[in-house]
Amino acid sequence: MSDKLQRFTLAVLAHVALVAAWYLFVRLGDVPKFVMPSPGATLNALLEPNYDWWTNVRVTGTEIFGGYFLALGAGVGLALVFTWSKALEAFFMPLLVSLNMIPKVALGPLIIVWFKYGVFPNTLMAFSICVFPILLTTARGLREIEPELLDLVRSLRGSRWQLFSKVQLPGALPYIFSGMKVAAILAVAGAIVGEFLGSDKGLGYLMLQVQVTLDTPAMFMAVVLITLLGMLLYGIVLILERLLVVKDARLD
Amino acid sequence: MQPFIHLSGVRKVYRSGGAEHLAISDATFDVMPGELLCLVGPSGCGKSTLLKILAGLHAHDGGEVRIGSAEHAFDPSRDVGMVFQAPLLLKWRRILDNVLLPAEILGLPMAAARERARDLLALVGLGGSEHKYPYELSGGMQQRAAIARALLHDPKLVLMDEPFGALDALTREKMNLELLRIWKEAGKTIVFVTHGISEAVFLGTRVVVMTAGPARMADNFAIDLPHPRTLDLKTHARFGEYTRRIYRLLGME
Repeated sequence: MSDKLQRFTLAVLAHVALVAAWYLFVRLGDVPKFVMPSPGATLNALLEPNYDWWTNVRVTGTEIFGGYFLALGAGVGLALVFTWSKALEAFFMPLLVSLNMIPKVALGPLIIVWFKYGVFPNTLMAFSICVFPILLTTARGLREIEPELLDLVRSLRGSRWQLFSKVQLPGALPYIFSGMKVAAILAVAGAIVGEFLGSDKGLGYLMLQVQVTLDTPAMFMAVVLITLLGMLLYGIVLILERLLVVKDARLD
Repeated sequence: MQPFIHLSGVRKVYRSGGAEHLAISDATFDVMPGELLCLVGPSGCGKSTLLKILAGLHAHDGGEVRIGSAEHAFDPSRDVGMVFQAPLLLKWRRILDNVLLPAEILGLPMAAARERARDLLALVGLGGSEHKYPYELSGGMQQRAAIARALLHDPKLVLMDEPFGALDALTREKMNLELLRIWKEAGKTIVFVTHGISEAVFLGTRVVVMTAGPARMADNFAIDLPHPRTLDLKTHARFGEYTRRIYRLLGME
C-alpha cells in the first residue's frame, strides 16, 4: 500500500515539475507570449467569453465519445458475428484488414463531401479511426481459447451459447480492453483532425480561429482541454477494466 | 462382475490431405468398476486419442467401445469428468466458481452444487481457498482445484490426461499420493494417461502399455501391489519388476 502511495506521489510530482519547468522557462527566458505563454496566461485564456469554451468542449466531447462508443458497439458486435459464422469471418476479415491500411485521416475530405461539416462527420472520423483496433483485438480474443477447455465443455455436452458466455466472452475481455485503450487515444485524434478539416464548432475549430490572431494562450488552453477530454475517456476505460477484468488476466 | 468399460479392437485413423495416419490399432481391454487404469506410453502412441474416444469427443473408426453396465448405467453427458495437463481454470473466476462450472453447464441445482463444491475442495486439500483467484494458487494447488471440478457432477468415470505432467518431481509424488486418497474416498473409475512409467505402476490397479510407430496396444496387466500405497512401495521388488516389464515393452532396455 505504501508502495502504491509512493508511486502516486511520484506521478503527481512529475506533473507539477513539468508545469514548474514550463513556468521557469517562459519567465527566465523572457519568451514572448505569442511564442509560448506562461501557465498563468494559458489559464487566463479561459476568461475570454468570445471563445465560448464550454460549447466547444461539449461539441468536441460529443464527437470523441460518440465516435468512440459507436466504434465500440460496431467493433465488438462485428467480432461477435465473426465468431458465430466462420464463413462471414473468412470473407470479411481479410477485407477489413485491408481497409485498416487506409490512413483514416485521408478520408476526411471525402467525409466532408458526403456529409457536409459538423458534429456528425467528425464523429464519423473518430469512429472510423477507432473501430479497427477494437474489432481486431476482440476477434483475436474470442479466437484465443485453449482447445482443451473446449474439450472440457464438450465432454459435458455444453451448448455453443454456454461455451460463448461462460468461457469465450469473459476470456476475450482483456483483449477487448487492450483494443479499447488504443482506440481511446485514437478517437481524440480523429475528432480533432475532423475539426481541422471542416467544422464550425469545437476545440479544433477554435484553434484554427485563434491561430489567425496569434492568440497562443488560447491555443495552449485548447490543447490542454483536448488532452483532458482524452484522459477522461481513457480513465473511464481503465475504471471499467478494473471492475470487469480480474487482475491476473489484464493485458498491460 | 461386468466390466465398466469394454474396448475391443478399437481403431482410430486420422486423415489429412489424402494421407492416413493410424492413431490407434486394435485397442482391447476392460476396466472394472472402481479401477484406476493407467494408460502408459510415449508421445504419439494414441493414448490421449483413446481418452478422447472414451470422453465421447472423438468417434472411433472400428471395433467396439462400451461404457457402463447393468449395475452401473452410464450417461455420457453427465458421467465424464476430465482433468488435463494444464489446470485450465478460468482466470476470472474464484476457485469455488471454477469448481461449479460443470454444475452450471449441466443445469444442476446450484445450492446443492455449492455445498458439494466446498466438500470437494476440502477433499482435495483446498478448504479455505474457495474465494481465491487461480493466480493466487501454485500449479499443484490449481491442479487440485481442477480435480475437484472434474468430480463436481459426481461422474462415474474420471479421465485424466497427464494431469501431473507439468508439475515438479516432488509435487508430482505428493499429488500421486493425494490422487490415491481421493480415488479411495470418491470411489470412481479412473483412466489415467501418463508417460511416467513408475507413476503408472505406482497408481494403477491395472496398466495398459501402448507403443508408437505404429501405434498399438502392447500389453495389459494387473498391478498386484498392496493398498494403501505409500512411497516405500517404490523400493518393493515387484514394483521394480513391473517397471522393468514396461521399459522392455517400450524398447528402453
